[in-house]
Amino acid sequence: MFDSVECNSMETLVSPLENTKFDVDAVRRDFPILASRIHGHPLVYLDNAATTQKPQAVIDAIVNYYTSTNANIHRGVHQLSVDATRMHDNARAKVKSFLNADDVAEIIFVRGATEGINLVASTFGKQQVGPGDEVVVTAMEHHSNIVPWQVLCEQQGATLRVVPIDEQGQLLWEDFESLINKRTKLVAVTHVSNALGTVNPIREIVDLCHQHGAAVIVDGAQAAAHMTVDVQDLDCDFYVISGHKLYGPTGIGVLYGKRELLESMPPYQTGGDMISSVTFEKTTYNTLPHKFEAGTPDIAGAIGLGAAIDYLRELDWPAVCAHEEELLTHATDALSAINGVRIIGTADQKRAVLSFVIEGAHPHDIGTILDYEGIAVRTGHHCAQPVMERFGIPATTRISLGLYNTRDEIDAMVCAINKVKEVFRC
Amino acid sequence: MLDDELRELYQDVILDHQQDPRNFGPMQHPTHHAEGFNPLCGDRIRLELDMDGDRIRQVSFTGAGCAISTASASLMTEALTGKTRAEAEAVSQDFRDLVTGRLRDTEDGETAETSRLGKLYVLAGVQQFPVRVKCATLAWHTLAAALNEEKPEPVTTE
Repeated sequence: MFDSVECNSMETLVSPLENTKFDVDAVRRDFPILASRIHGHPLVYLDNAATTQKPQAVIDAIVNYYTSTNANIHRGVHQLSVDATRMHDNARAKVKSFLNADDVAEIIFVRGATEGINLVASTFGKQQVGPGDEVVVTAMEHHSNIVPWQVLCEQQGATLRVVPIDEQGQLLWEDFESLINKRTKLVAVTHVSNALGTVNPIREIVDLCHQHGAAVIVDGAQAAAHMTVDVQDLDCDFYVISGHKLYGPTGIGVLYGKRELLESMPPYQTGGDMISSVTFEKTTYNTLPHKFEAGTPDIAGAIGLGAAIDYLRELDWPAVCAHEEELLTHATDALSAINGVRIIGTADQKRAVLSFVIEGAHPHDIGTILDYEGIAVRTGHHCAQPVMERFGIPATTRISLGLYNTRDEIDAMVCAINKVKEVFRC
Repeated sequence: MLDDELRELYQDVILDHQQDPRNFGPMQHPTHHAEGFNPLCGDRIRLELDMDGDRIRQVSFTGAGCAISTASASLMTEALTGKTRAEAEAVSQDFRDLVTGRLRDTEDGETAETSRLGKLYVLAGVQQFPVRVKCATLAWHTLAAALNEEKPEPVTTE
């Protein structure tokens, strides 16, 4: 029953995409893990929204740092400490440039987008949100951009309000406008939905919120690897990213914040490095960005993230975006053509994420069968249970693209879906 | 060979129970019940028992889940009907041993355990798929909670 769907071997199907200057085969050679075989098949990695694979340049940067530069930063007169400090500072400058922030002081290293959101909730949030105030999130947020605000509202006696989404998975703009008022202190919104792929109109949202005096924090975890992010153009107050979803290492992420806001916020964690002077009577806090970076940071992680940014900047970025867009269109068309497949999230503006359900086959079973074909996808609620509830489904199968994916990999995935349908006779 | 493992996992009996689950639906007057949840994949089950003293007169379930969790629940309801509490607990232990690969080698023929398991043995393929063990055992964890009814909260696999 498993043999009648014939899938061509991936090895025979290597052809560069037409109409782009982007050489995907060359890029694939930069990522050593892509040569892996899983259950006897070439790895088809379509779980990039969970984490991206790492280019050799990032792996080398981390290994080289530990091999020849390892030392603690900001506190040594010896050469290695000076070198490590310079490399860490350089990484911050690369992030500043990548996000087009105004100043390196606005780039705070954190563990990831989740910690960035928690930092803002427990500093800016506690300072600015009081009893009777309102915090607004959207119905498409990841749990990491819901729970910190829920907890903040409970602690502060504030109210959490939710912008609903339509059948396509887009924000309902009129509802959004009617939710924002003078009690709104903060709006937390994702740039790109991890479960639906929807791209939100951040600039318009920021304009709306600022008119009412509300600050905006943008979850950029799913955006930074798939589009140009310019925080000054977006005019958002805070923006968070995770390094590991940007071809960098795990354990490192970035909180961007407007300087005047960061200056006025209380510290997040306290300890070494975030102080300028300590007596038992009084402590004076360090200047930005160090005020928010207590303790020895993930030095190697920051250097690895800097290497990832260097790697990405050497690519033809518009061509990368065009390549991913073409893959998403191809995957959407191919899956839509399969009887019984329903795509969840059909926004006009989408990036890199394709969620779907199949009548008669549960996502978990789909995931197991795809894995046996060497195809890595995510199945489940994607840490966005309110999205699942909105669409009346317990879970979806999600493919998510990276710059190294190919049209042939999409075809292999579609072929495996046909195998699923054969197994479940659906 | 790899396809064999998949075929072993998704046997016809399992697909049959997935598509046509037995004892599926709410019970009028259950004496025992419990709810189970697998937060990893969102599978939910509500298990209801009608106990006649120490003996399970009837057992039924509702909920939504993958093929493995649905088939496991369906096969479980068939296997447990008429069993005493002690018999049910013994089968439950054997089943968990089966899907986690801890059951004794059965190449020499039937053992007391495989004989007790009967039709449930079709889920033996799960042991090749460690990430799916929780799917197979969700109904059985819920059974333990229903029999004991000491947990007011739904049981979870996490």
